[in-house]
Amino acid sequence: MLLNIKNLHVEIDGKEIISGLNLGINKGEIHAIMGPNGTGKSTLAYAIAGREGYEVTKGEIIYKGENILNWEPDKRANEGIFLGFQYPVEIPGVSMTNFMRTAINAQREYREQGSISGKDFLARMEEKKKLVEIHTKLTSRSVNEGFSGGEKKKNEIFQMAMLEPTMAVLDETDSGLDIDALKIVANGVNLIKNEENAFLIITHYQRLLDYIVPDFVHVLYDGKIVKSGGKKLAEQLEEQGYEWIKEEFERVS
Amino acid sequence: MNNSQQISLKERFEKQFEEHKKNLYKHDTRKVAEYRSQGYDAFRRLGFPTRKLEDWKNTDLKKALETDYKQEFELTHEEVNVEDLFECKVHDFDTEISSLLNGWYVYTDSPLKKLPDGTIMGSLAKAMKEYPDLVDQYYGEAFRLEQNGFTAMNTAFAQDGVFIYVPDNVKVKRPIQLINIINKNENIFIQNRNLVVIGKNAELTMVHCDDSVNHNISFTNSLTEAVIGENAGLDHYKLQNLNNNSSLINSSFFSLEKNSRLKANAITLNGGLIRNNIHVSLNGENGAADVYGVFLLDREQHVDNQVFIDHRMPNCYSNELFKGILDEKSTGVFNGHIMVRKDAQITNAYQNNKNLLLTDEAKMNAKPFLEIYADDVKCSHGATVGQLDKEAMFYLKSRGIDADKARTLLMYAFAAEVIEKISIEPLKVRIDDMVKRRLRGELSVCDRCVLHCSEPEKEIEFDIDLSKI
Repeated sequence: MLLNIKNLHVEIDGKEIISGLNLGINKGEIHAIMGPNGTGKSTLAYAIAGREGYEVTKGEIIYKGENILNWEPDKRANEGIFLGFQYPVEIPGVSMTNFMRTAINAQREYREQGSISGKDFLARMEEKKKLVEIHTKLTSRSVNEGFSGGEKKKNEIFQMAMLEPTMAVLDETDSGLDIDALKIVANGVNLIKNEENAFLIITHYQRLLDYIVPDFVHVLYDGKIVKSGGKKLAEQLEEQGYEWIKEEFERVS
Repeated sequence: MNNSQQISLKERFEKQFEEHKKNLYKHDTRKVAEYRSQGYDAFRRLGFPTRKLEDWKNTDLKKALETDYKQEFELTHEEVNVEDLFECKVHDFDTEISSLLNGWYVYTDSPLKKLPDGTIMGSLAKAMKEYPDLVDQYYGEAFRLEQNGFTAMNTAFAQDGVFIYVPDNVKVKRPIQLINIINKNENIFIQNRNLVVIGKNAELTMVHCDDSVNHNISFTNSLTEAVIGENAGLDHYKLQNLNNNSSLINSSFFSLEKNSRLKANAITLNGGLIRNNIHVSLNGENGAADVYGVFLLDREQHVDNQVFIDHRMPNCYSNELFKGILDEKSTGVFNGHIMVRKDAQITNAYQNNKNLLLTDEAKMNAKPFLEIYADDVKCSHGATVGQLDKEAMFYLKSRGIDADKARTLLMYAFAAEVIEKISIEPLKVRIDDMVKRRLRGELSVCDRCVLHCSEPEKEIEFDIDLSKI
């Protein structure tokens, strides 16, 4: 198993958000996590990426056979975990090229490979830009600064393509996208997907899953996965909303 | 008490003034001699500033003034090879070099040169002999004698410095670089005086570097007057990379005539105690002044920036942007004072000071101050003190960049806003490189002036300009 999350409990400022979550993901799989707002979807994403302030009080996150809870976010990234942000951060003064080249060289250094040459880097940038249909010159632009909502999300997929992760977590990458941008983002994911990597796609709506077909769909409610199924479950949620899930959950507990 | 120490240094200087009177007045023109006497009287009255004075409240000179310094009242030839010190290795940034060693103009062929375009450049002491009328026309035009004890002291004690005269309508092609080197095996007190005159419709770029060569204790009290004529322009870059035992009082007075432009940029990379007094006087309509600064401090370094912008006439513009990064126990000051006088209608004046504190012990005092007597003005000011953005730190780390590199990238990004204002591309690249090395802790005081520091062939981790590939 590539990623195995066991009985995970996560607190923010002393308040438990994730309470006993179990999830296993194999290479070559696409998992979707759906659920109403405020049930812990983003918290799960941040806990996997290792964000400060997201305190794991119980449970384990096993990645490639190792418990990664003590790893810094940069180590997790260099081991192949990628987080696509719901709200990508603007960093004025750091150019996209500088940022990406620093990230790629950090990864290469971690893997004991030499730095990438300017020429190879440039070629890789051009290739991956095409993948997500970014047409502007990124050289002179600061990270996400002045990017439109759609551009920011495309930029996340672009970074993912540049870094070639093994385990990609995409946190509501579809939110705020028009249908054209959504198709571009989905297409990017489909082109990057292979038998050696896996995706965890967090979404509120089913529509992204029309373009990225998941192997498994999980419903997150009240900090736990309360229902799992195939693609059909996503369609059912789209038609019937989350109310029946809530009712079912309340009945059981 | 330290007070008695200060008085005694003052007294020692008074004694030296009497002793070296003959030398001090030796090269003076009539006007310079008059100013010298007035300066001496003012220094005796004012003495060294103390923290009791409002604008010295946050800068403590006590320790710096406890040392027994010596000023050189006569030019002594050191065993330093001038050629070695000032050899310029960089190909893409060609400058006309003028250099001061311990405050005295040093030269290889002539103390006063006339460039093919008519520009005169060289020793102020020599210029007072060869062009006394020219010196008298402009000396004292931009500065205020009684601004503080140091201004008065410099006027009384400075014997040499750089003189630059750009005739009307001349646009000086190569930037003039002024290198101020401190190299002495005893504690030295340096007082140099620079006079820059830019004629009507003329243009000049100046790069002014303060560097120390060794780690001895020094105190520099430097004063530059720049008179910018009608429709003329000056780009002035000031770079400071001094050792931690050095104190530098650096006063720059700019006076701007009608339709003239100033772009001043003060870049402080290292130093023990630095005080930048920047005084801009907009004396004619449609004057425009951009005054920028960036300072990077660590250990117990202290930088004090005092900027006074005097809007005296209508339709003028000024814009200040100062950014500071303070690490460890360093301290900084920014006092920005914009004065808009009664006649200065339709004034646009902006002021901004942003600071990053990297530790709990670092300290920044910012005081923006607007004094407005005209009614049709647009003014703004702002000051912020903050820490590195945590969101941005996590974003960078989530892409595999470790905490140290992420910090460096963000600090650099913070400083870059000022660096980007440098309009000469090769100079921008050099300064950019120095700032990056400073942030990575790789810059030493042996990397003297900005034009010597860099090895362009060497690949720098964060530095990739793909637009050039």
